Amino acid sequence: MSRRLSVTVFIVLGLLVSLLIAGIVSHYASASPDGLEFVAEQEGFLDTAQDSAVAGSPLADYGIAGVGDPRLSVGLAGILGVIVTAAVGFGLFWLLLRGRGTPARR
Amino acid sequence: MRPALHIPDGFIDVPTSAAVWVIAVLGIALALRGARRQLDDSLIPMAGLTAVFIFAMQMLNFPVAAGTSGHLIGAALAAVLIGPWAAVLALTVVLVVQALFFADGGLIALGLNITNLALVAVAVSWLVFSLLARLLPKSPLSVIITAGIAGFLSVPVAALAFVVEFALGGTGAVPLATVFTAMVGVHLVIGVIEGIVTALVVAAVLALRPDLVFGARGLLPERMLTLTPARAPKGV
Repeated sequence: MSRRLSVTVFIVLGLLVSLLIAGIVSHYASASPDGLEFVAEQEGFLDTAQDSAVAGSPLADYGIAGVGDPRLSVGLAGILGVIVTAAVGFGLFWLLLRGRGTPARR
Repeated sequence: MRPALHIPDGFIDVPTSAAVWVIAVLGIALALRGARRQLDDSLIPMAGLTAVFIFAMQMLNFPVAAGTSGHLIGAALAAVLIGPWAAVLALTVVLVVQALFFADGGLIALGLNITNLALVAVAVSWLVFSLLARLLPKSPLSVIITAGIAGFLSVPVAALAFVVEFALGGTGAVPLATVFTAMVGVHLVIGVIEGIVTALVVAAVLALRPDLVFGARGLLPERMLTLTPARAPKGV
């Protein structure tokens, strides 16, 4: 195997896999509380949790406010999350690269 | 309705949360400097993709025992793929997006979540990975196994970081010993899955583009890490 995927193809593949996971596979994820929440419940301090200041966000709890179908709601929220994370993530690392070492072009 | 993944506001009192926020901000500042030094151009898109992939994977809660689920942290995965400094930033991006848009993890508690999952988990992962990598023979398999072990250990240690924060400022009147036992116990089990997933994903990237794995530098033959494939076909 001497042929390699180009970086662009690799990144696009990775993004597609991420979209698939967040948009479709996520529907089949366990709905049980995660380790921390489980322990908090078991040990009796879950009731000390307070609502987040953004609890009213239209995407709160990985669903889209007003979308009734749970599969659609979680899937769309996941896809939006991937898009937002991509925008912030690629944006941040691009800015880091831009602002370093080699003299700026302007 | 999906389970929350991170520490909500209220578990840890405000003074402790604020103090840990300061640690988180200092850590992010260090990581920004470190990543600027460590990241080369080829890893910039990988760093963005790593953040996206971790966000997606964290949506996949897997059952670990009756009534409990676990989910990937991704700290070891990120550290091995893009280096520890960029990993801190990638994890931070994920946690900020989750807290701001998905109301997952409180805003006051965000400093705790960043400290545990971005700073502590990445630091442990990278320490374990780089120490073990020195002991094992230099091969792709070593990279995969050490990444898995780093992933496994990062989870109970991150849980331990929560226990420390709970000791300092937990609002629930609960004996610390039982919180310690429960948190570390559950997260040892979750860690096994974290280790396996980390190893599998690192193996997949190594198979496709070994030159894009930061942690493989110095551990794999130069031939595998250069962009142009070796001219001579090598025997299997």
